[in-house]
Amino acid sequence: MKKILALPAVVLATSVLLAACGNNEAASDNQTETPVAQSGNETSTGTTDTADQEATGSDYTTAVDGYRAFAIKQIDEFVKQTEKFTDAVKAGDLETAKLLYAPARMYYERIEPVAEALGDLDPNIDARDGDVEAADWRGFHRIEKALWEDKTTEGMTDFADTLLSDAKLLRAKVETMDIDASLMVTGAVELLNEVSSSKVTGEEERYSHTDLYDFAANVEGAREIYNLLKDDLAAKDKDLDQQIADRFDALEKELAPFKDGDGYVSYEKLKDEDVKKLSQNLDALAEPLSNMGQVLGV
Amino acid sequence: MTEQKKDSLKKPLSRREMLKLTGVAGLGLLLGGGGASGLMALGRKSSPAALDVNMPDNALPFYGKHQAGIITPAQDFICFAAFDVTAGSADDLRRLFKNWTAAAAAMAAGEMIGEHNATLNTPPTDTGEAAGLTPSRTTLTFGVGPSLFDGRFGLQGRKPKGLRDLPAFTGDALDPQWCGGDLCVQVCADDMQVAFHAIRNLARIARGHAVLRWTQEGFQRTGRADPAGGTPRNLLGFKDGTGNPDTTDAVLMDQTVWAQPADGPGWMAGGSYMAVRRVRMRVEVWDRSTLKDQEATFGRHRDSGAPLGSRGEFDPVDLKAKSADGQPVIPATSHLRLAKGDGSQQILRRSYSYSSGLDAKTGQLDAGLLFISYQRDLEKQFIPIQERLAKNDKLNEYTVHTGSAVFACFPGITNGGYIGDTLI
Repeated sequence: MKKILALPAVVLATSVLLAACGNNEAASDNQTETPVAQSGNETSTGTTDTADQEATGSDYTTAVDGYRAFAIKQIDEFVKQTEKFTDAVKAGDLETAKLLYAPARMYYERIEPVAEALGDLDPNIDARDGDVEAADWRGFHRIEKALWEDKTTEGMTDFADTLLSDAKLLRAKVETMDIDASLMVTGAVELLNEVSSSKVTGEEERYSHTDLYDFAANVEGAREIYNLLKDDLAAKDKDLDQQIADRFDALEKELAPFKDGDGYVSYEKLKDEDVKKLSQNLDALAEPLSNMGQVLGV
Repeated sequence: MTEQKKDSLKKPLSRREMLKLTGVAGLGLLLGGGGASGLMALGRKSSPAALDVNMPDNALPFYGKHQAGIITPAQDFICFAAFDVTAGSADDLRRLFKNWTAAAAAMAAGEMIGEHNATLNTPPTDTGEAAGLTPSRTTLTFGVGPSLFDGRFGLQGRKPKGLRDLPAFTGDALDPQWCGGDLCVQVCADDMQVAFHAIRNLARIARGHAVLRWTQEGFQRTGRADPAGGTPRNLLGFKDGTGNPDTTDAVLMDQTVWAQPADGPGWMAGGSYMAVRRVRMRVEVWDRSTLKDQEATFGRHRDSGAPLGSRGEFDPVDLKAKSADGQPVIPATSHLRLAKGDGSQQILRRSYSYSSGLDAKTGQLDAGLLFISYQRDLEKQFIPIQERLAKNDKLNEYTVHTGSAVFACFPGITNGGYIGDTLI
């Protein structure tokens, strides 16, 4: 099943690369493979390069291409949904804007490590009140505050426009970005760390209380990375692979009761023990996931 | 980057090796402000071997007939943790015990856990805050609570008869957040950072198999503060533990502390039952009571620790002594008299003081005693003593029991075996 998913991803990735990148980008993309192969050498003991590469199977081109394709797909959809959201804000349609807010963000939350790797874009799109100087505060959470706290779309037109242009900039930049297996592995852990430090505590969406959307999206983003690397992982450490798969299942099972239609219930509906249980399941998953890089040699 | 990676290929260093590498600097750290005399006091053995970093004399054996940390003279600090098992099967639980065993043996020896502590592209297998520190007489003592014997692991038939939650005692104000647990780990060490490191790493290893239920840190005066090793004082200012049985008397320990084969079940032979109580002290109230009242409460003199009417801390306790007005010298409701009873029940107390910040509601200190006792039989020893105290102890005016748990602490682990291998 994972194979079936991965195949079209490769095709898509290749076509995107051909369509979007000049020769330079394609070359730089090839370069990202080099460190991966090296790290394979260094974790084994003094045989030849090719033998090492075979021994560790450290060619992650398929996975990397698959992830780039996934990221691009998410960002494409992110731009589309953000536009709908910002249109509603600019039209002064408070209720529609509120409905579109959390689902649009999920596309972003699934690939957050990619955005974070692109410097200022993450704070511009996703900073919370206090994360940046008050004068620089913009993006989703600025509008979130207006919609839920001030209960108005007034004065939000400029913020809506900047948000959409930031989203489009992200779309443009991701084409040429260096993605390697190491970014994927650390990204998967970062996604769960994000959940662990701000989503599970309800701090991320302090006005809208839509934290569980972000929570689910972060976990989905981590799972996508795991799925892309799973075959390599299983070939090297079956137990670790099984453990990670089981704990993804356990966490998703723990999250399932909080689903509400296409979305999730308000964070305010969670009891203390719900939060604790989610948090513990998350830690249980993140710990073995953080060993994926060791096993893969990236 | 490549250079760094190559360095990382070197085999992992033990905490001791790291200390060796740091050479003179390491020794300087070890000696700290106290100089050589301070070190000797800390080590309690004033032999120069204490300076040989290759052979730290402050490592206690992890493997043995009994678990360390029970009759071991109390170290300076405790980190106590109770866990709930989330693992779904006995196999998973066994795996956890095996992983814990390897980690515990390494930590007791002052070594780092696991293989990957110098590999740059992976989270280190040891969290690292005890790197370069000596073993600090670390002991890790493991036990299982009554709740482990429900249906989950097929252990129903192996539950010791006397292992059940303590009965409700008069005046208990238990808060579920300080009660119970499927498993417990008592970590004691002469260094708080070393002790915390142990609990943190055990919790990390347990992820997916067990979660922390409650933890409590505790302290007593350090060996450095009291080189003579006198009886420690609790936070009410009184010596605590004067009446403890002699842990060097093997026969007495078999009678009072170690579960015997005939006691049943067989897997507990050589183990011990632990009672844990988190006892908050109303220190603000205590500080307003007169010395006379305080001494009457304990039945001892504050300064010397001697029983009221006597001079030396270890003078025999004369419960029959009357004062001129015909009243008992050691009051009927004093802690000493009620704890002692007719002398037929003895327990080994191994308590630590705790201070956990403020009670947010009142602004008063949340401080007190993490009471821990070990005994061969909870029902014959701890429970009758605590029942007497709960009903009549004058000390109850100043204390409130907020947490409670009991655990069956395994017999010792043999080298090559694992924690709980007699049970599961």
